[in-house]
Formats: sequence, structure tokens, C-alpha cells
Amino acid sequence: MAVTTTKTVAVDGNTAVAEALRQLNPDVMPAYPITPSTGIMQSFTSYVSNGKVDTETILVESEHSAMSACIGASAAGGRVATATSAQGMALMWEMLHIASGYRLPILMALVNRALSAPLNIHGDHSDGMGMRDCGWIQLFSENAQEAYDNTIMAYRIAEHKDVRLPIAINMDGFIISHSIESMQFIPDADVKKFVGEYIAIDPLLDIDNPKSIGALVLPDYYMEHKRAQHEAMLNATKVIKDVSAEFAKLFGRTYDMFESYRLEDAEVVIVALNSAAGTIKDEVDRYREKGVKAGLLKPRVFRPFPYEEAGAALKNAKAVCVMDRADSYGGYGPLFMEIASSLFPYRGPVLFNKIYGLGGRDLMPLDVDKVIEETVEVAKTGKARMVKEYITVRN
Amino acid sequence: MKQMNWKELPHAGTILKAGNANEYKTGSWRSLKPRWIEENCIQCLFCWVYCPDSAIPVKDEKRQNFDYDHCKGCGVCAMECPGKKGNKAIVMEEEGK
Repeated sequence: MAVTTTKTVAVDGNTAVAEALRQLNPDVMPAYPITPSTGIMQSFTSYVSNGKVDTETILVESEHSAMSACIGASAAGGRVATATSAQGMALMWEMLHIASGYRLPILMALVNRALSAPLNIHGDHSDGMGMRDCGWIQLFSENAQEAYDNTIMAYRIAEHKDVRLPIAINMDGFIISHSIESMQFIPDADVKKFVGEYIAIDPLLDIDNPKSIGALVLPDYYMEHKRAQHEAMLNATKVIKDVSAEFAKLFGRTYDMFESYRLEDAEVVIVALNSAAGTIKDEVDRYREKGVKAGLLKPRVFRPFPYEEAGAALKNAKAVCVMDRADSYGGYGPLFMEIASSLFPYRGPVLFNKIYGLGGRDLMPLDVDKVIEETVEVAKTGKARMVKEYITVRN
Repeated sequence: MKQMNWKELPHAGTILKAGNANEYKTGSWRSLKPRWIEENCIQCLFCWVYCPDSAIPVKDEKRQNFDYDHCKGCGVCAMECPGKKGNKAIVMEEEGK
């Protein structure tokens, strides 16, 4: 199959993800809608009402129940999805570990929003980073197109026999979820063919072969289970690359573990996730025109994190500024810690960390310019003024 | 029993064989041990009903001696035992006595 003709549309991020979910046609979709992911369920339940999908939606009484219902439906043998944000993900947290421990390939659309308190509904990555160690594959998306494409690829990655892990597709709340952009949808038939049929491993509804899941495991076996789970996550790297390569061949859009933007010969590099990358690319272009060798590394896959590849891509830079839209209070930003780990085998660039955009605080082109200029200075002097600093904050 | 390594575990730790909890001996968890006094037993089978494990084997509608490989010594059977003429048919004793 050659590159398919696709339809260009103007939609917001939530609509884009809802459209992907319609095309994926999961068996069960339990959810407890929460801002800013509400639009996904609003669109999706209309597809259910209008008979556009075969999905059974379960409107539950909390997000803890939503994830519990996902686990039950997935263990039964169904293809399952849900959508949430911030406090919703936080309430799911206990069950997120159960989903990954049971090795259930559940799909979560996570529309990134700041965690309370103070109560805030706008976009940052504190929810996504809060589920970092829950054993889920985590993909991040710069815009509606990437959120849509990542969602289309999600089941192929999560359901692969060497992986069988739940997967979360992140996109920035409001900035992407509620902004209308032009993007392309893939025709229904092509998505159906690409995703294929789901064959569950040991489903509970196979009643001729009764089985039990979730048994108590004591110190004599717990570590073996966790070691097997880690292996599945390691296996995900190859599967993500393979699925992305197949996607690129069929649909013409290329994805990898991270995006390298003018990175090849870059001396000053910014690392950032999600929507901020769009603004940073514009500013990288402006500085390139001025003769500054600037570049961007935008991780797409946060778990499993591509330490070796990211390290190799950054080791020749002179200065790297990692921008975090989440914080670990009293520690460095979570993305900074990953990049620092990636570079630890090398006597590489000077590293520093900026915390930006918490609770939906805008990151303007001028803010990025200041960061690039400081990175140029750090490259020149070989010394960072301070390792971690909040930017766009009133001092 | 040779323990499996992480590569040998069934996918997701799912238990595919029915009743294999029987192979896992839990008697060593016990600190109090129930003793059956047969002459006080009226075979009401309350102990069999209340036992949260499967530590009271029953044969021909009559209880047998305890399955000490699985009894964890919770004492529920001794508590529920009506005994005969005020004398309990199950008493709890310190393990190893």
C-alpha cells in the first residue's frame, strides 16, 4: 500500500483524538470526563449514540472506577480505552500499577493538566510525570496531528506480544486540546487495516479455560514479576520503532523515539516536550538565521526513555537547556533528570534546567529567545549561572 | 520445588491451573495450632463451614483431622465449635508446644 491520500481538516486536539478512537473502535470505554479531556468523551459518546462505533461506554462514578472498569474489561479480553486529565489520572494512580502489572494493553488519552493545589485546569505535565513510574508506555504529542497519529499507533505498540503494556498518549491541555489546527485524518479502512484484530492473551471470558488473575505474590516471586515487566518495557523500544516505520511508509509521517530538529551540528540545544516544541522550533530557525547553531530535541517516548540515543544525539553539543513543564520540588525537573542520565557516560555539554509553563503559564517566543541566548552564553563560558531556575515567574 | 526464574513465569502471573493453591504450603505461618478432640465432636461441621481456608478435610460427611499444611491458625473454628456438653472439640494451643 502506497502513501494514502488523506483529508485535511481543521479540528482541535480533543476532536482529533476522539476521531482516532472512533476509527480504532474499542470494545469498551469506561470514563469519568474531566477538563480538559472532556471533549474526547463528549465526541465519543455521540459516536456511540449515533451508532458510529460498536463500543460500550461505561460512565462510572469516579476515575478510580474508570480505570478499574478498564482493567476488568481488558482482562476479560476486550480492547479498551479511556480519557482523563490531572486529578482524574491522580485518582486512577493506584489502578495504573494494576493495569501494567496485569500486562493489559489499555489505551489512555491523557490531556495534560496541572495537578492541584492550587486548583488549576490548565496545561502542564505534572499529571504525565506523576504516572512516570506506573509501568505505562508514555508518548508525548506536540500538536493535534501527533496526538492523532500516536493514538492510531497506540494499540499496535501496546498489544504487541513482546510488550503487552498499557499506553498513555499525552497532549497539552487547552493549548492543543482546545485549539483548532489544520491536520490530516487517515481513511477509516486504512486505520482498520493498520490496527488489525486484537487477540487477548489468557482472557477471562475464555470460559472453557478458567483462570485466575491478580493472585498474591510474596517476596519469593515478586521481583521476578517486576523483572519480567521491565523486560516488556525494554522490548517496547523496538516495537515503537517498527510500528512508527510502518506508519511512515503507509501514511507519510515519520516518528521516532524523539524528534531531532536542526540537531545534527547544533552547539546550543533545547530539550522540551509537547506543544512548547512548536514555539521553540520557530525560535531555533530565527537564531539559525542569525548564525547561531541552535537545535531542539523533543522526546516523543518518555517511557521507555531512549537514554542511549538521546545521549548520543546530545553529546557533541556545547550547552543543553532542558525545559520542564513540571517540577519535582526540591529536585530537578523530571525531563532534566532523564537527559542528565542520558549524558552521564560522556564528558558532554553543560546542562541546565528551566521550569516553565506551570498551570498553563504561556511560553512566548521572547521567553524562548531568552533561554536560547542564555544557552549561547553557557556554551561560550562553559558554565551555567544556576542549574535549575523558574522562568516567566514574577521575582 | 524448583522456583521459576523471571523468564519462566506465566504471562502477567496468570494462574492457568485450577486449585494449584493447594501446592503452596502455608502451615508455617501459624503461631497457634488447633487441636481436634474427637470425643467432644458432634460432627456439626460448623468448623468446615467457617474455615476460611480448606484446612478441614471432610470424608463421608465427617470431618477428619486438620490439614496442617494449610491451616494458618486463625482460630475461627475453635471459636465457632459448639462442642459437647460445654466441652469444646477444638482448642487452640501454642505452636511447637
